[in-house]
Amino acid sequence: MSTCFLPAHEIARRLRQGELTAVQTAEDLFEQIRRFDPQIKAYLSLNEEQALRTAQEVDAALQRGEELPPLAGMPVGVKDVICSKGEQVTCGSKILENFISPYDATVIRKLREQKALLIGKLNMDEFAMGSSTENSAYMKTRNPWDLERAPGGSSGGSAAAAAAGMAAVALGSDTGGSVRQPAAFCGTVGFKPTYGRISRFGLVAFASSLDQIGLLTRNVRDAALVLSSVCGNDPLDSTSADIPVPDFTDSLQSGLEGMRVGVPREYFIDGLDPEVEAAVQAAIQTLKNLGAQTDELSLPHTEYGVATYYIIAPAEASSNLARYDGIRYGYRSSNGGGLLDTYRKTRGEGFGDEVKRRIMIGAYALSAGYYDAYYLKAMKARTLVKQDFDRAFENFDLIVSPTAPTPAFKLGEMTDDPLQMYLSDVFTIPASLAGLPGVSIPCGFSGGGLPIGLQLLGKPFDEESVLRAAYAFEQSAGLHDLRPPLMEGS
Amino acid sequence: MKYETVIGLEIHAELNTNAKLFTWTENRFGGEPNTRIDPITLGMPGVLPVLNKKAVDYTILAGLAMECAIQPYSKFDRKHYFYPDLPKGYQISQYDLPIAKNGMVEYELNGETRSCRIRRIHLEEDAGKLIHAEGGANVSWVDYNRSCVPLIEIVGEPDLRSSDEAVAYWRAVKEILEYAEVSDCNMEEGSFRCDANISLRPVGSKTLGSRAELKNMNSFKFVQTALEYEIRRQTRILDGGGTVDQETRLFDPAKGTTRAMRSKEEASDYRYFPEPDLVPLVIDDSWVEDARGLLPELPRARRKRLEDEYGVNAQTAKALTAEKAFADYYEKTAKTCGDPTGAANWVQGDLIGMLRAENRSIHDSPVKPEQLGALIKMINDGSISGRMAKEALDEMMKTGKPAQQVVQERGFIQVSDESAIDEWARQVIEENPDAAEKIRAGNDRAIGFLVGQMMKLSRGKANPKLANAALRKALED
Repeated sequence: MSTCFLPAHEIARRLRQGELTAVQTAEDLFEQIRRFDPQIKAYLSLNEEQALRTAQEVDAALQRGEELPPLAGMPVGVKDVICSKGEQVTCGSKILENFISPYDATVIRKLREQKALLIGKLNMDEFAMGSSTENSAYMKTRNPWDLERAPGGSSGGSAAAAAAGMAAVALGSDTGGSVRQPAAFCGTVGFKPTYGRISRFGLVAFASSLDQIGLLTRNVRDAALVLSSVCGNDPLDSTSADIPVPDFTDSLQSGLEGMRVGVPREYFIDGLDPEVEAAVQAAIQTLKNLGAQTDELSLPHTEYGVATYYIIAPAEASSNLARYDGIRYGYRSSNGGGLLDTYRKTRGEGFGDEVKRRIMIGAYALSAGYYDAYYLKAMKARTLVKQDFDRAFENFDLIVSPTAPTPAFKLGEMTDDPLQMYLSDVFTIPASLAGLPGVSIPCGFSGGGLPIGLQLLGKPFDEESVLRAAYAFEQSAGLHDLRPPLMEGS
Repeated sequence: MKYETVIGLEIHAELNTNAKLFTWTENRFGGEPNTRIDPITLGMPGVLPVLNKKAVDYTILAGLAMECAIQPYSKFDRKHYFYPDLPKGYQISQYDLPIAKNGMVEYELNGETRSCRIRRIHLEEDAGKLIHAEGGANVSWVDYNRSCVPLIEIVGEPDLRSSDEAVAYWRAVKEILEYAEVSDCNMEEGSFRCDANISLRPVGSKTLGSRAELKNMNSFKFVQTALEYEIRRQTRILDGGGTVDQETRLFDPAKGTTRAMRSKEEASDYRYFPEPDLVPLVIDDSWVEDARGLLPELPRARRKRLEDEYGVNAQTAKALTAEKAFADYYEKTAKTCGDPTGAANWVQGDLIGMLRAENRSIHDSPVKPEQLGALIKMINDGSISGRMAKEALDEMMKTGKPAQQVVQERGFIQVSDESAIDEWARQVIEENPDAAEKIRAGNDRAIGFLVGQMMKLSRGKANPKLANAALRKALED
């Protein structure tokens, strides 16, 4: 029986018990990829040779009876926005076609030190801009639960790979919901830590003040396991937090008894799909049954979240993406005559429509005469959104809501309407603006068999409460280690 | 009409920290193109800047040396423009909250002490350098060695009223930065350069005229020539009833003229916004006080002290303090030989002359101040003559040997033994009876000739003073 759907913590246990080898784990995984990825299209590139080599090293070390770090032999897929030395990092963009990173991101360095198996690079919306992974310049990833549907985005490749048993865990990045929303669509756990918890060094920037590396796993314990190994202060990232790192698996089983959980009324709006609402309400009841005290609360500035985000994120993106000019690396138009023309054609041909749209919005918002009206005002609104949460957390330990207004939508359904697409992040954006830790966990299914996600948000750097509550819920609801029907028997 | 010239300078100085501003790579001039680089310097995807605290120390030092208020809270901003020398498409700089504000620099102009107010000093990263193919080939290369080197921009108020004054002020700033040891201020290497804003207004008027900004000049002479050209150009326009366009102009050193580069309308919108990859910079009192402790004596104070302590005149003090290294050299020499005036003469005269001839700076003089001091001491105690000392210094410069050794090896020790000198005097008089006769007849000038003969005979070793006396004595006998 293939090990490709084993939980990460179970792989870790079996490796140490001698019940499984790392090579076996890797081989099963690549077999699963060969079988299903031609349909799912999660991986942009694979690194089989190196992964197997690492697996052999792990097995040899195990044979010698060496103590291994927690993630040794763990198959990890990486969103193609995180740099690993000597490997491609396309960010789903033509402008970085064939670009090879000359250095390792801090998370990659940590994974390598742990001897995790780096399986390959996962598809995404171009520069993490999108909610369906359809903005990738390379291919459209499909939702393992329904191949006609989008996996969500922008970490759609990561969510699909985790859901389809093509990675034990996958790294994603979350700027406005890009880990949580695809997790909800694909029936996985999507964990976004507090801004500053995981080093951003080597994460290609979309919106620097919002970007945070997140994890896609099939159960909460795996998220806690991986988080403990990859987070922590990094001298290479000035915005990384110098805060002690606990073992996040230690407190998982502390339960929900006495936890105060707030239900923001602004998150139960007209556009909310009735099946999603029903599943989330049922989940809230489960939390109550587990001993949580739930109560309604108000986050009055929620309605400004999306607008605020769509000023700040594009403004930062317009700046962060200025470096892709065809001069030093990546795509350069061969049609350019002279410097200015080369810039224009390189960027015109190299970037996709959504990226160009956001660069234009962002450059406009930062330009002289408009800065105060847009960027500065958005920064003020961001403070208001954050203050909403600060006040809420005076009375609550956690906030619970739907992750996305709908289950996975069909491929192509939203591509002509960017604004509609933006609204699919309406529930994830506010926590990103406030830098809060959050998780999406499966809480049920639609009538059509599509997973529905529940979002839990916590206080800054209180990942423990978020994980603890999520764990209690998934254990009680039995909604962990889900397997899409397509993969039954694999 | 009579016009008043109004000039303000924006001075750029690269800081001489060990590492670059936001990365670990060594901060040093030159090297093969693109050898002092790393992913951060190149703005590779995914990299983040980390502030080099030393560069902040140096900026604080520069701020204190120019009597600025160090700001407890400042931040970095991104300044955007597209050009191949700028790897990220933006420069990390400081926009509205610089590290230092409201300072002052004093300088002398025609013997009078004047001052220019400093509006702000901010810290930013330098850009790379473009190298264009010669002979019209349509190719350019970029060297990123200079990219990410820490740079301070010192923005002066428009307090300067002539090109001479602008140069005097700029020199004073250079001296201060050199004294504070925060910048090499090497103008040839481009680590010290300036932009000048210049406008004219009718004498008596309080409002500023529209200005031209002259970009990127790296020599005192260029600034002087460019400003003078601008004064003539703007005077001509105003006299003709025209108005000066507000624009950026470039100085052409070959022609000694300036030409328009871009107008106000074409000025770029840099789309500044706070750098989200860096946290705000909080400088508390103890940081400022630590820096203050590192601040050395500044040129004006040192000049005063040299006058008081060593008794040198104002002009000499000024010359000696033009460069910190020069003044350091002088003080060590003076202390070693105990003759401040002699030391001043030698340091300013022969030493600097010989160094210039060899194209060396005072920093890498083969003759250390202790050795020059020892040499001067030997002159003063009569061991060697001034002429011998010059020869000895020349030898020391070439070989790097200590004064004592050179003097001994070359047999420069002056003979002051009276019996030997009397013997030489006798011999010279015997060999030159005509000259001796003339002196005896009252032609005193001929004694010089005999002294010369004595020096020749003694191969320069005879103490000239004693030689003179011995001759007179022998002639009287």
